[in-house]
Amino acid sequence: MRTEQTMTLEIFRYHPETDSEPYFQAYEVPYDEDWVVLDAINWIKDHVDGSLTHRWSCRMGVCGSCGMMVNGDPKLTCAAFLKDYYPRPIKVEPLVNFPVERDLVVSLDGFMEKLQAVKPYIIRDDVNDTTGGEYRQSPAELARYKQYSMCINCMLCYSACPVAGHEEEFLGPAALALGHRYNRDSRDRGRAERLDVMLAGEAIWGCTFVGECTVVCPKHVDPAGAIQQAKAVAAQEYFKRFVMPRGAKGAET
Amino acid sequence: MAHGTTHQHDVVIIGGGGAGLRASIAIAEENPSFSVACVSKVYPMRSHTVTAEGGAAAKIKPNDSLEDHIYDTISGADWLADQDAVEYFVNEAPAEMIQLEHWGCPWSREGDGSVAVRPFGGMKIERTWFAADKTGFHMLHSLFQTTLKYGNIVRYDEHFATRLLIDAHGRCRGCAAIELLTGRVRAILGKAVIICTGGAGRVFPFTTNGSIKTGDGMAMAYRAGVALKDMEFIQYHPTGLPGTGILITEASRGEGGILVNRDGYRYLQDYDLGEALDVTDPRHPQKRAMELGPRDRLSQCFIKEMWAGRTIETRDGHVVHLDLRHLGEAKIDRKIPFVRELSRNYAGIDPVHKPIPVRPVVHYVMGGIDVGGNSATSVPGLYAAGECACVSINGANRLGSNSLTELLVFGAQAGRHAARFAMDNPGYDVAELEAQAEDEGARIRRTWFDPSRTGGERIATLRTELHDAMEDGAGIYRDAESLQAACDKVAELRERYGNVTLDDRTHSFNTELTAALELGSLLDVAEAMAHSGLERTESRGSHQRLDHTERNDDDFLAHSLAFRREDGGPPRIEYGPVTITKWPPGARTYGAESGLKRPRGDGT
Repeated sequence: MRTEQTMTLEIFRYHPETDSEPYFQAYEVPYDEDWVVLDAINWIKDHVDGSLTHRWSCRMGVCGSCGMMVNGDPKLTCAAFLKDYYPRPIKVEPLVNFPVERDLVVSLDGFMEKLQAVKPYIIRDDVNDTTGGEYRQSPAELARYKQYSMCINCMLCYSACPVAGHEEEFLGPAALALGHRYNRDSRDRGRAERLDVMLAGEAIWGCTFVGECTVVCPKHVDPAGAIQQAKAVAAQEYFKRFVMPRGAKGAET
Repeated sequence: MAHGTTHQHDVVIIGGGGAGLRASIAIAEENPSFSVACVSKVYPMRSHTVTAEGGAAAKIKPNDSLEDHIYDTISGADWLADQDAVEYFVNEAPAEMIQLEHWGCPWSREGDGSVAVRPFGGMKIERTWFAADKTGFHMLHSLFQTTLKYGNIVRYDEHFATRLLIDAHGRCRGCAAIELLTGRVRAILGKAVIICTGGAGRVFPFTTNGSIKTGDGMAMAYRAGVALKDMEFIQYHPTGLPGTGILITEASRGEGGILVNRDGYRYLQDYDLGEALDVTDPRHPQKRAMELGPRDRLSQCFIKEMWAGRTIETRDGHVVHLDLRHLGEAKIDRKIPFVRELSRNYAGIDPVHKPIPVRPVVHYVMGGIDVGGNSATSVPGLYAAGECACVSINGANRLGSNSLTELLVFGAQAGRHAARFAMDNPGYDVAELEAQAEDEGARIRRTWFDPSRTGGERIATLRTELHDAMEDGAGIYRDAESLQAACDKVAELRERYGNVTLDDRTHSFNTELTAALELGSLLDVAEAMAHSGLERTESRGSHQRLDHTERNDDDFLAHSLAFRREDGGPPRIEYGPVTITKWPPGARTYGAESGLKRPRGDGT
């Protein structure tokens, strides 16, 4: 319900063409208990300052565009309600651990490379042959990976992760959970190829099990659990490859 | 805004949603030596396909038949669909869906490991494949992740296409696009182009559509001289959350949810939609009846209930109740968990314990870029697929769960035909196209960054006035007066658009500039919608005229074609034939009789 009250948003600003360093700008917005932080940012953009720059689209928590730091926590701003902060001011910043392109917009380049690195697709020879009908997959087999397929690529987990920011080789929570999702899919035959990537350097071993990724995940993907399981599989595989090199490389578990 | 470098490919695809990605894979797979450019104003996984919930239709079960899917689609379309296109669509659908299954889509399953299907509105039998209630999300991510396999798909993420590049022979050979990060205008060239930019729900104020659904591709084609077809047909989904317009999927009714008015009465039974079976009756929910009637009819029933004073008034307008309580918590969590999450987060209602307030909401544009049976437009080398295109399989009303399948079937088809065109028409004059892209960059600079431009109009002001005009004039029920008012208002807004001034005249990530360009798209698309609606003096499917209440097959069993006028005047509206093969126009009946009364073809 729109009221006479207002509240303040303190928003991170940085424009590479004009600013030598970032600063905060305060905006007063109408307070509506049904509004989310994204509504307030859109109101500013429409009515006060057209230069304020952010990404958004679905405003229903599934496109993954509008992740930002809200009072220091990584949040989907379409799911962060003003009423949970009112009447105190809200500080809005771009997701941490990513380079800032402008204002609240961060670069996805590194993240996209990591997603691609884990080969997130079904690998098997007959994948384009549809003549035999669907691959059978029981509800129990579906349940083995379903949770890990729910990631919306919002990248909140990379902002929460203490390793993702400084260890370049670490693939990070979302990408590892996605690789794990395909490794656990009964239709897939590509686990060995994927483990080649996940076993290299700090790709997976960088994780120190802080678990913040799972805490902030808006879709309950549990990347920390996925990484823990994947590490166990990887350790087994590592043993097979390097300690017992004639072990079965691509065996199912 | 300096002009950027030129990029050359074999096929250029504008749009990275379901149709664009499916087209990309079709080309990359069948032409490994081809380079495919996928140009999108957002990263592909942000595309609006991601929000589709309920499912995708295709015959897979032995108790279903291709002919029933065809008939449901044609009658759902109020006979405005092209029947040869519908046959092609239905016949191709199963293989396309199986292909997506092979590419990893996590379809919900039966106990025996086969894919599960659920009932959907206007469908005679359950044939809608689903991945719980995030079907579009899973389809989009499966497609996007599969594209990562192909080295010959080159993505231009966050590139906003502004103009089609047409060579001296009249063939479409690429697009000019603003690279958002730098503001440079690039020439992205190819031997053929496919537009897959989705719909334009943002013409209206209350819509399920995300902010990116601004009809840019429709407007680009319209400006290049291609007709926009059947634009008067706008789908209102009957169950959106008040205030936000967030979609509550039809699957909630497919699983047995019911709609009741302020008295707790299942009002649909008063509108020729069949008998209200008790929710404990094993025949509930009945297919092609009551809550599983088609979307146009259900949205119209809501308005009539509102006029009769039997809806519930809230601060966000009138609503009815979608009651799921009898399904129980376990089934809600298993089959439609996202419905529960959205209702709790955005309406403060847990559907396990309380009915969900809902009202009709703009959801889909049946019309779009005029394409023929091979997804080709009237401009050689230019193709279109997905919601932005009008084949037409959706006619005057699309059935729920046909659009996700459409992305696959026609995305793949457009990809194959564009690739063939590219092979047959290889050479083009790079310098000529580069010059066009440079002109486009200069035009954008001149229009938006000229310091003398001080008209003072704000984007948001014009957008709000457009929203009000379209809702008032071209909503669920229209008449000549309301549509004329919408036409007049759009013309006025087009004039005032020239006075829009930007706060931001910098280059990098200028989203105020893209918002201004999107407003330009919305105005072009709205013009086609309002004028096409004014000219169609009959009622059919989603186009309901209070001053012409009957369907008129003698004069209007025809596709409207809106052509843009260069002089800025109102569009020229022409009509083209509807292809009727085996299913002559008949009465559109739902309810218990719907399966019996239908005229039948000679079988396929």
